[in-house]
Amino acid sequence: MYDPPSAAELVAAVRAFLEEHAMPALEGRAAFHARVASNALGIVERQLRLSPEHEASELGRLRELLGRDGTLEELNRELCRRIRSGELSLETPGLGSHLRATTLAKLAVDQPRYSGYRRARERG
Amino acid sequence: MSGSRELAPELERLVTARLPQARGIEGLRRLSGGASQETWSFDALTGADPIPLILRRRPGGLSGPSESGMALELPTEAKLLELAAKLGVPVPEVRLVLSPDDGLGSGYVMQRLLGETIPRRILRDDAFAEARPKLARQCGEILARIHAAPADALPELPVAAAPEQIAQYRALYDAYDHPHPVFDLALRWLEDRAREPERIAWVHGDFRNGNLLVDADGVRGVLDWELSHRGDPMEDLGWICVNSWRFGAIDHPVGGFGSREELFAGYEAAGGGAVDPERVRYWEVLGTLKWGIMCMTMYAIYKSGGDTSVERAAIGRRSSETEIDLLELLEA
Repeated sequence: MYDPPSAAELVAAVRAFLEEHAMPALEGRAAFHARVASNALGIVERQLRLSPEHEASELGRLRELLGRDGTLEELNRELCRRIRSGELSLETPGLGSHLRATTLAKLAVDQPRYSGYRRARERG
Repeated sequence: MSGSRELAPELERLVTARLPQARGIEGLRRLSGGASQETWSFDALTGADPIPLILRRRPGGLSGPSESGMALELPTEAKLLELAAKLGVPVPEVRLVLSPDDGLGSGYVMQRLLGETIPRRILRDDAFAEARPKLARQCGEILARIHAAPADALPELPVAAAPEQIAQYRALYDAYDHPHPVFDLALRWLEDRAREPERIAWVHGDFRNGNLLVDADGVRGVLDWELSHRGDPMEDLGWICVNSWRFGAIDHPVGGFGSREELFAGYEAAGGGAVDPERVRYWEVLGTLKWGIMCMTMYAIYKSGGDTSVERAAIGRRSSETEIDLLELLEA
């Protein structure tokens, strides 16, 4: 068990430093990189918060789709293998919805402001 | 990497010797660069107005590794710019090409055009409000002129139509050894529908919002010719429609500023021939996949220590945007 601040709180503190103190003091290329750094911390913050739920859901869907158990990495590799061989395709019930749910979960962490993500969420 | 203090006297010597009106240079500053290639901005001083110029060079003279493995030598780029100008494509004018005896490596000096290249500004600034509705059609006209280049006018260029590119990107994806089921789905879809192109033409290879210089009248210059090759001209029509290059304006498929109908109308009016929208869509799918795998490449460069910037590392997380775009395209 670790002591507070939590990992999420540390990330938030570094991010606040970047936004409030570092970025206003920088120009040009360095200012750009500070913005990229702040966005990267946003990814870390969202991943810390959302990954337990995302990974559990993804694992459940993969077990059902593939009819076997394993780690997330093993099952994803197996899924790739079966798609590559043609055994699974968009005609396979459940594949499209699994891929969509997994991709939307990734984007919720990586880039929730991406136009394709927002449009897919609007459509439901 | 060199500094302006070392470069300035050498460049001044070259420019004053080779450009008749030039008496000196000023304002030398580096615009961008990777480890092996440099782009510099400077002005040549004359008796009248200074001449705004750009230097592109590879100091070592030889090409280094590139993100796609297909980047051209700089003297070839200069030849392509000169050919494009002859074909009526708006491009910066090449003013001189470096020779090995100049001691500056390989490269060229070209005109520095005035205009905007930042996509979000092109899409939102009032300065371009009148130009925006014309851009998609202009892009179509410009591409028709590039694709019309006679084969014997071209310098030596790699040939890569769809089958070659699918194989190249599959090999890259496999080498990175990280599972992307959506990429495997897209690769199957593309392989199942692969055909040889209707014709082989000069393809720009990176024609998109981000590589266009725009002013109040529209497209003033086409930039970044380093991925030029010979292949299926529909590749260029598909690439500009890839959703990542719409910079948020998802409902304007062409660059975030226009419609496919406008792009195709400009292309056909300028002699490009009838456009098959299904073929363009095929290249939009392949282009989306390529960009997703390019994001993996940038992360791989970061991981190998080739470029340790936070930007290079973080781009790896952009491959997910291409996954949602591919799912939308494949399920439509």
